[in-house]
Amino acid sequence: MMTMKTKAPRFWRCIPQRYNLIGTHCAACDEYYFPPRSVCPNCRRDARIEEYKFKGTGTVITHTTIYSGTDDFERQTPYNLAIIKLDEGPRLTGQVVAPPGEVKIGMHVRPVFRILGKEGERGIIYYGTKFIPVEG
Amino acid sequence: MRPVSIIGIGCTKFGERWDSSLRDLVAETGIMAIEDAHVSGEEIDALYVGNMSAGRFVEQEHIGALIADCAGLSRLHIPSTRVEAACASGGLALRQALLAVASGHQDIVIAAGVEKMTDVSSGAAADALAAAADREWECFFGATFPALYAMMARLHMRRYGTTQEELAEVAVKNHHHGSMNPLAQYRMEVTVDDVLSSPMVADPLHVLDCSPISDGAAAVVLAPAEKASRYAEVPIRIIGSAQASDTLALHDRRDLTTLDATVHAARKAYDQAGITPSQIDLAEVHDCFTIAEILAIEDLGFFEKGAGGRAIEDGLTTLDGPLPINTSGGLKACGHPVGATGIKQAYEIALQLRGEAGSRQVDDAEIGLAHNVGGSGGTAIVHILSR
Amino acid sequence: MSYGVYIPKYRIRVDEIARVWAQGEEVSEGLKVFEKAVPDVDEDSATIAVEAARAAVLRSNIDPHRIGAIYVGSESHPYAVKPTGTIVGEAIGTSSEFTAADFEFACKAGTAAVQACLGLVASNLIDLGLAIGTDVSQGAPGDALEYTAAAGGAAYIIGSKDLIAEIEAIFSFTTDTPDFWRREGMAYPEHSGRFTGEPAYYKHVASAARGLMEKIGTSPEDYDFAVFHQPNGKFPPRVARKLGFTAEQIAPGMVVPWIGNTYSGSTLIGLAATLDQALPGQRIFVTSFGSGAGSDAFSLKVTDRIDEIRHSAPLVRDLITGGKYLDYAMYAKHKGKLRL
Repeated sequence: MMTMKTKAPRFWRCIPQRYNLIGTHCAACDEYYFPPRSVCPNCRRDARIEEYKFKGTGTVITHTTIYSGTDDFERQTPYNLAIIKLDEGPRLTGQVVAPPGEVKIGMHVRPVFRILGKEGERGIIYYGTKFIPVEG
Repeated sequence: MRPVSIIGIGCTKFGERWDSSLRDLVAETGIMAIEDAHVSGEEIDALYVGNMSAGRFVEQEHIGALIADCAGLSRLHIPSTRVEAACASGGLALRQALLAVASGHQDIVIAAGVEKMTDVSSGAAADALAAAADREWECFFGATFPALYAMMARLHMRRYGTTQEELAEVAVKNHHHGSMNPLAQYRMEVTVDDVLSSPMVADPLHVLDCSPISDGAAAVVLAPAEKASRYAEVPIRIIGSAQASDTLALHDRRDLTTLDATVHAARKAYDQAGITPSQIDLAEVHDCFTIAEILAIEDLGFFEKGAGGRAIEDGLTTLDGPLPINTSGGLKACGHPVGATGIKQAYEIALQLRGEAGSRQVDDAEIGLAHNVGGSGGTAIVHILSR
Repeated sequence: MSYGVYIPKYRIRVDEIARVWAQGEEVSEGLKVFEKAVPDVDEDSATIAVEAARAAVLRSNIDPHRIGAIYVGSESHPYAVKPTGTIVGEAIGTSSEFTAADFEFACKAGTAAVQACLGLVASNLIDLGLAIGTDVSQGAPGDALEYTAAAGGAAYIIGSKDLIAEIEAIFSFTTDTPDFWRREGMAYPEHSGRFTGEPAYYKHVASAARGLMEKIGTSPEDYDFAVFHQPNGKFPPRVARKLGFTAEQIAPGMVVPWIGNTYSGSTLIGLAATLDQALPGQRIFVTSFGSGAGSDAFSLKVTDRIDEIRHSAPLVRDLITGGKYLDYAMYAKHKGKLRL
């Protein structure tokens, strides 16, 4: 059986995005991108791309509860996955920390720092951002 | 660009083919198609094969060379190309083969598709399939492939009132069709209750809302239309072929309940064929999950956006209905060996148009459509076939 | 100059754990601990450290680029080799110009980290230091420690200006005492029963406390509050009484009855709870304890600035309330006691 070798370099490259939601903003058309895009789909070569750190607050657009996950996420099932629209505009895919069945379309969420997954017992731990419902 | 026809077709039984390797499946289908086309090996100008992930399933790449070799054609040194577009790899192979013939560059070209998925654990297979999604920004954050379609389903249900029962009806219909298809992975019927009480995979999709992991291969032989009747009694013309792309990640799409790639590819294909959706007699659409079939019949222009669920409920897409969808059993019941599906769809339409579909024959089938999607909609390929 | 705390949302009642091991309410009564904080399945010492550090940064609104050192103390660092401090630094947006190392000294690793930062700041080698005590402590199933071992953490930003509390003096007392330990590679710690009391906790806390007061010429009456390491709800009041501190002085800092023993987080969370209430000019006496064994004592004086920034991040009492209760089975799953 093929074993998965560590994906450390690929994960490491995305740490600023996973830990701190660092994306990009095109100053030419004022659109925000997360995950970051180096090529603005509106302006392409006329874009003026700069780094932007998202606040992390947003709204749930749609969601599901995953009961059958891949090996890396085995211990965490069931867990909620959602497409969240960040306040600044772009949408991302992320987990929502809440009991299954309590995530609702339109819910407001804020970011928290959690373990995203582990490469088994001996591999690295992937940390990153999940979301939690904002109370009240 | 000259017109192109299908002069031969072949398809293996889909399912858990423990005794057959990837190579065995390729050889099996290749021989079927070549014999059906009455061509000789020397006449073949090129091979195209759709295969998503042999590297991860059987640790084998260089599939182009492999299929030429398996087909015994290596000594003829014909060009052989593997194409990949995730679950649309088969449709893409058909399109590339079509372009090779239509352009006048080559005459007899085979388009094949193959996937051997059961040589790894189902966990590893699911992980390989997840590569059709956005690995960095969907999967690393915890998304699975069913989860992405589940999120589309939830929004469709919220916006248009589609129900879990309507989703289940898709599976019921496709299993019913599959029960009449000797090549289908699953020959048994299921009820709405069966679907709804099967374990939940990603809410609201249950196990029986999801297409299975399968092995299988299919192949079609193409020739310029003007030469087609030398080989085939009933050549089937390809009157429309189009391909479109969209963002890789679901969260970047314009509208989470529409596959714009399908809409664009379909529009171009109808234009080329000079027809409207209402002229399609039957279609094979990409039902990797039950919701995907509902989205497909809307995005292909058969029903209004949001009306797909009701159409299923009203029986409009069953074998005896006005627009039979997925008479092969679809991906759901016939099986989904990823790279093979797009070619199997062409096989099924061609079979129907030739009048050779046996108990699942659609009466007076003149024009059929095949719709193949990659990932959650990053690629869509539409072909329109006609007698 | 700032502090931040994070306590996970899940709780388990001590009575629930006692039920599983066929004990009754005498356990929680005896320990004076009623419930403890449990981490979520996707939380660990690093995620807790990050949340506490983010709260500290938020509270004082400092620029993380000013942080020149990050020391994280824990008994449950996620990696045996690869420091938690680097993960924290990245997650709070520091520059790359800082030093980091992970500390271990049982429950006093956090206060040791504070001392290290103090040294670097006071000698002008760095601008700001970040010291964190964080843990997702483990107690072997059925062992006495299981009733109190809890999860939580606190982060302190140490600087020389804009202080909310001035560290007037420190004093430490350390000996080689085998009261509680965990061997490399073992999942659960061991302890030597009643030996962990007099020769360990009481001896070191008292020696450090007396040593500090002698050194700077203070006595318990000079302080408004006192915070001691809280392995349970009995030891702190007892050592306070021995030293001459009153129940009122230690009350604000006593968090263990509601969140359990957060090991490296214990004293620092107790101090944070005290700072949440302390008024400018008041003095706080702090003594930690770490098995192995040692105690760090601090004499603090609260400044005016505390009123300005206190409410800019969650207070300890806000983090304590609103907990979600688990039964033993779910608790075991969260803590990873079910080996897959």
